[in-house]
This record gives sequence, C-alpha cells and structure tokens, in this order.
Amino acid sequence: MLLTNYQTDSFYDEMFSEEGGIRQSYHILKSRIEGMDDKELLSRKASAEKALLSLGITFNVYGDEEEEERIMPFDIIPRIVTAHEWKKVEEGLKQRIRALNLFIQDIYGDEKIIKDGIIPAEIVYSSSGYLKECKGIVPPKGIWIHITGTDLVRDGDGQMLVLEDNLRCPSGVSYVLENREVMKKTFPELFASLSVRPIYDYPIRLRGMLEHLSDKSNPNIAVLTPGIYNSAYYEHSFLASRMGVSLVEGTDLTVRDDKLYMRTTKGLKQVDILYRRIDDTFLDPKAFRKDSMLGVPGLFDVFKKGNVALANAPGTGVADDKVIYSYVPDFIKYYLGEDPIIPNVPTYLCSREKDLNYVCENIGNLVVKAANGAGGYGMIIGPVASMKEKEEFVAKVKADPRNYIAQPVLSLSRIPTLIEDKLEGRHVDLRPFILYGEEIYVMPGGLTRVALRRGSLVVNSSQGGGSKDTWVMG
Amino acid sequence: MLSRVAESVYWMNRYMERAENYSRFLDVNFQLSLDLNEDSNRQWMPLVYTTGDNELFSRKYNSPSKENVIHFMSLDTENPNSIMNCLIRARENARTIRENISTPMWEVINEFYLTIKSKRRFDESDMPGIAEFFKAIRNQCLLFYGCQEATISHDEVWHFALLGRLLERADKTTRILDMKYFILLPPREDVGSTLDLIQWLSLLKSASAHEMFNRFYTRITPKSIAEFLILDKIFPRAIRFCLSKTFDSLKVLSGTEKDSYGEETEKKVGVLLSEMNYASIDEIFSSGMHEYLDQLQVRLNGIASQLDETYFRN
Repeated sequence: MLLTNYQTDSFYDEMFSEEGGIRQSYHILKSRIEGMDDKELLSRKASAEKALLSLGITFNVYGDEEEEERIMPFDIIPRIVTAHEWKKVEEGLKQRIRALNLFIQDIYGDEKIIKDGIIPAEIVYSSSGYLKECKGIVPPKGIWIHITGTDLVRDGDGQMLVLEDNLRCPSGVSYVLENREVMKKTFPELFASLSVRPIYDYPIRLRGMLEHLSDKSNPNIAVLTPGIYNSAYYEHSFLASRMGVSLVEGTDLTVRDDKLYMRTTKGLKQVDILYRRIDDTFLDPKAFRKDSMLGVPGLFDVFKKGNVALANAPGTGVADDKVIYSYVPDFIKYYLGEDPIIPNVPTYLCSREKDLNYVCENIGNLVVKAANGAGGYGMIIGPVASMKEKEEFVAKVKADPRNYIAQPVLSLSRIPTLIEDKLEGRHVDLRPFILYGEEIYVMPGGLTRVALRRGSLVVNSSQGGGSKDTWVMG
Repeated sequence: MLSRVAESVYWMNRYMERAENYSRFLDVNFQLSLDLNEDSNRQWMPLVYTTGDNELFSRKYNSPSKENVIHFMSLDTENPNSIMNCLIRARENARTIRENISTPMWEVINEFYLTIKSKRRFDESDMPGIAEFFKAIRNQCLLFYGCQEATISHDEVWHFALLGRLLERADKTTRILDMKYFILLPPREDVGSTLDLIQWLSLLKSASAHEMFNRFYTRITPKSIAEFLILDKIFPRAIRFCLSKTFDSLKVLSGTEKDSYGEETEKKVGVLLSEMNYASIDEIFSSGMHEYLDQLQVRLNGIASQLDETYFRN
C-alpha cells in the first residue's frame, strides 16, 4: 500500500519505468514491501537505525559540539542493479582505473601524454594534487591507485555517467558493509530469492591487495588515521579490525635509518605497507606541509627509497582534480586505444575562454564546481541559486578560471525512499569501490547515496544525505 | 602491540573500574544515611575526601549535602573523576582501540554511555530511583568485565586491561579503608557501639566484601576487616590479591623467570608483594594504619608511573 501513491514525477526512477510499471528486477522487492503494513516497515527502519547507533557507526560533524557523532541516515529500501547492467559498469570502471594509473605513472615519468599534446602541461602542473616531489618515482608493482571510489550517476535517460573519481582516500566502504549486515537482518528472505552478490569479502581482498605490494612473505601492514576526531574514523578502525592489522596515528610511527617503524610495547617494529587515510600533503611535514601534526617526518623519503608501500601512493590526487577528470576519456583512448565504456558528464573548463564565457552567461542552468572541492562544498547549483550568489560565484570563477569547471544540471535518477511514514522519490548516486592489486576488482554494488531533502541533488553525508544498500543480482 | 593501544586499554579499564567503585561508594553511603538518620553533611563529605577531589568540591559547592555530593561524584562534568567523566573517557579510549577489542565490549560501553549521557542533574525527585541507578551502573561495568573476559584473546591486550583494573582497584581499596580509619575514626566512646558497627559494615559493603568476609570471619572488628581487605590472598578486592595478579600479568608481559625480573615495574610490584606476604595485621596496626595505607598509595602510584614509563612511552 505504501507504493500505491508513489509518483515518479517524470524523473528516471530506479524502480519504476516511464509507463509507471515496475522494473523486472524490483518485482520481488515490491511484493515484499506490499506484503508489509506501514508499521512493520517503519519498525524495521527503526531497528536498523538503532543497530547502527549501538554499533557506533557514526561520522563526526565538524563544529557541532552537542551532536558531534551521528549515524548516517540509512534507508532500508535497497537499490537493485541487474547482472547485465553491472557487467558494463564493472568493465567500464576497470578500463578507467587502468587508464588513470597509466596517466599518473606517465606524468611522474616520461610525460608522453603531454609531449603528444593530449593534455596541456600547465593543466597538470597547476593541479593542487600534482606533487613535483613524485617525479621519477615508480611505486611498488607500478601501481599508484590501489583504492578508488568512483562516483556514478544516472541521468534523465537512464544512462550511467562518471561524475568524479576519488583517488586519495575515498571513504564510505564501511557503510556499505555495515548496511549490508543490517539489510540481511531486515529482509533475509529477499537475499536468497534475488541471489544478491556478497560483498563481505571486501576487507580480505583489501588486505590481499595490500600484501601484494610487498615481496615479504608476512609483511607488516597498518592503517594510518588522523585520529578519532576525523569524520571517517569509524571506517578506519573498522577496516583495520576486519583486516586484522594495526590502526596507527602519526605519533605511533617513526622513521629510523630510512625505514618506517611503529612504537610497540616491545620496542620498534618495521611497517612494510601503510594504507594511509590522510591526505598527501599531511603525510610528511618534512616533505610537504610543515605544520602537519598528523603525518610522520621522513615518511616520504622512506617511500621514495622503496622501503614502505603507501596506498594510495602520494601524488594520485592529481586525478581527483575535476579539470583533469574531464580528460579521462582522452586518457582511455590514448593509453588503451579504446572507447570509454562509461562516459563522463559533459564538462566545461573555465580555463578555456570559450567555455568561460558560456559558463558566465549560463550559470543559471549549470552546476559550477571548484576543481578540488569535495563534500558538496565550493560549488553552486545554478537553478536554485539566488541572483547574488550567482554574481558572487561568477566573480570567483573569473578570478581563478583554472580552478573551476561547469556541468549541465543533471536530472539524477530517483528511487523510492522512506521519508517519515511514506515512500517518496529521492535522487541518488552510486560509489562503487575498486581495488587494484594483482588484478582489478570492483566490489559488486557500492554506496548508494541519497539526497534526503525533497528536490535536493546533493547526496553528501555532510550535507544531510543518507545511504542505501546496493544489490547486484547474481 | 602498539604502545598507544596498550595505554588506552589500560586506561579504559581504570576508568570503568573507577566508575564502578564510585557507584558503589555512593550507593552504600546513601543506604547508610537512611540507617543513621543523622546530619547529612557529616555523612557525605568523607566520601569526597576518599576520592581526593575535596579541593575542587569545596571550590564549587557551598555545602556537602547529599544532592551536591551525589551530583559531584556522578554527573558533574567538571569533576575529572565523576562517573560521567570516567565513562566518557573509557568510551573515548575504547573508540581509539576498537580494532583491538570485540564488538560486544564496544557495544556495552557505547550503550552504557548513550543511556547515561542525557542525565544532567540529580534532584530530590530522583532519590527513590537512585539505588537502581547506581546498580545499573555497576551492572554495566560488570557486564563490561564479563565481555572482556569472554570475548577477547587473553594476550597482551588482555594483560594491560587487567593491569588497569587491578591497580585502580587496589588504590580504591586503600582509600575505602582509609576513609573509615582516618576520617570516620569515631570518638573513643563510640567504639563498639551500634553506630560503629554499622559504619564498619558499610565499609565492607563499599568493597562488595561483606558476604565473603562473613564466610571467613565470625566477628566484625576493625582489625579483621583491615586484614581481609589488605592481606587476603583470594578475595578479588583485597590489595594483596590485586598485587599478586598484577605481578602475574607483568611476568607474562616481560616473559621473565619466576625468581628474576625483566624491568622496573615488575621489581617494584614483586618487592611490595613479598613485603605483604610477610606482613601481619598486628604489625600494620601497631605501626599506624593510616600511615601504612598512605605508604601503600604512594607505592601504587609509583608502580603505575613506572608501568607508564616502561610500556607506554616508547
């Protein structure tokens, strides 16, 4: 009965087709929901949220003392992806990661792509993620981007597009794993009938991928966290725990004789592989930001000498730059000789004069973003911005065109979501996680983020977004 | 294991043990005040002395009334040792080492915190339920120890946990005894009176010791109580018991032989323990009970700081 009054409002809906019929993959879920009364669905939602709170699966909200820990709002209506569609996503992501890795190796190496005129040198060098200190480095096994969270969106025609790549410290995978555990308790009967692909092996695969980076038979792995006040601290400790490795802070580590050690009750112990969850420039106050209290003095030198593997390698942030992102389809053609399987969202580069003019004149129809913004900050959504906001943003763009890109406002797909006591359509994106070790592995599914505010396109948890479980059918 | 993790495990346990002790002290004193029906200020201040936070208390409150003392020791967030603060810090420590403890342990501590954190202040209307409140706190602490005992490997993490709990417990037992002997020391004419007896009994209850005491002693006398709480070999709150288990854990951690020592903490505990093994309660009484307890506290502090130096400051 919850679904009888549901409206798709002419958006692409994940569950319902344009004609209002249910999509094949959602049949079983729909009849399950319809078999429940409202109360049952609500009480399942409440017990799912209670489980997350008592497990302490929370993120920290900066600057909010009273409520410094919150659970990410969790919606119990899953998103379902067919095996057929997933195959394409998986292949597209593998292709993308391969090309991105070759690009990063190239720009810190021979710079063939620049010499061949595919991307201007100044675009690369002016990227805030480009680290000149990485020039000449070849990381262990030639892999730079070990863990990637690529954000995908579906536009009004139902086509999947890449919105951005997150290559430094993508977070959210712990929610994916914990949400799944909660969902197994909420809808146990559906898992068997839909043969949902499991994801519980992610931490094991992560560990295997990290181990691959060292030639030692029993390498010492650690996860480096900024500490409990970081918004993703829960995830850091979750992953360390599931992998069975140490969770360390900068002060637990020290460099001696070009090697990295951790301080233990039995003295110093060498660290071979560090899965770092702090940004490049905070890694080592000797090499980068002098004021960093989070990193380890001398760490970068140890990395350069090949005595520790860092995942992801420093310098990968260059490809998080939204201007560089716009060139990824070119990278795929250049390095792999293939057409991109998943296209990018069309992107205007304000550093190009023609694009800049267009953006300034049409800002009311565009989303304009800072090249290195994240978390829904440093951006403007033209159609919902005030005149004053638009004027101010145009001024910012003109003052620093290199730092801005613009994209058409996408009509992101929607999916039924439990809002108070009824189901309403809400916009979603999808962040699958990709591991690059001996081979490339794409987790089946990923974090579906949902904009809980009516009409909102912003799905970030720091902006009031929630999450859903994503089920890839067997 | 990481030094930082060892330190956090140790403190997490110290704080849980402290919270448990405080809730017991407060509860027993509350029950005692009902029995004695006497001027409450005289009744409650000694409790604050026991915890060593009397200066802070006097600065903040104008009288040691029942409400003030209960609030100060349980919910006052400006009191670093209040139950609330112990819990906040225990949880904070647990969060930083979640990957080293079990989910049940974390859930106990987290749920405990979530239930108590909304409570801001006690007033007269809370008094009928106050015994239940303290009992709930004690039960959560016991549940925590039980989870810890049953769900994590008894490896280094476990031994550091035990060290935190035992050293805190030994310290609190010295303080309970000292409270009676030094502060509640009755005027000569009261010795042996009903009042005196009730107070000694409540002291045993403060250490959750009266049933076990009754199994081994037939008469409640200051000397027998002191003997039980200081020198007993098998009662878990007796100081000698705590030290002997502390010694065992230190031995496991350092891996040294029975009759030698690997580091200073082990030596300090070993020396103190053997002194206690050869001490008698008569000697302790004749040399001065308060002085003896004072000395014990100083040495327990010395052990704790040596432990810190050896294992946490690498």
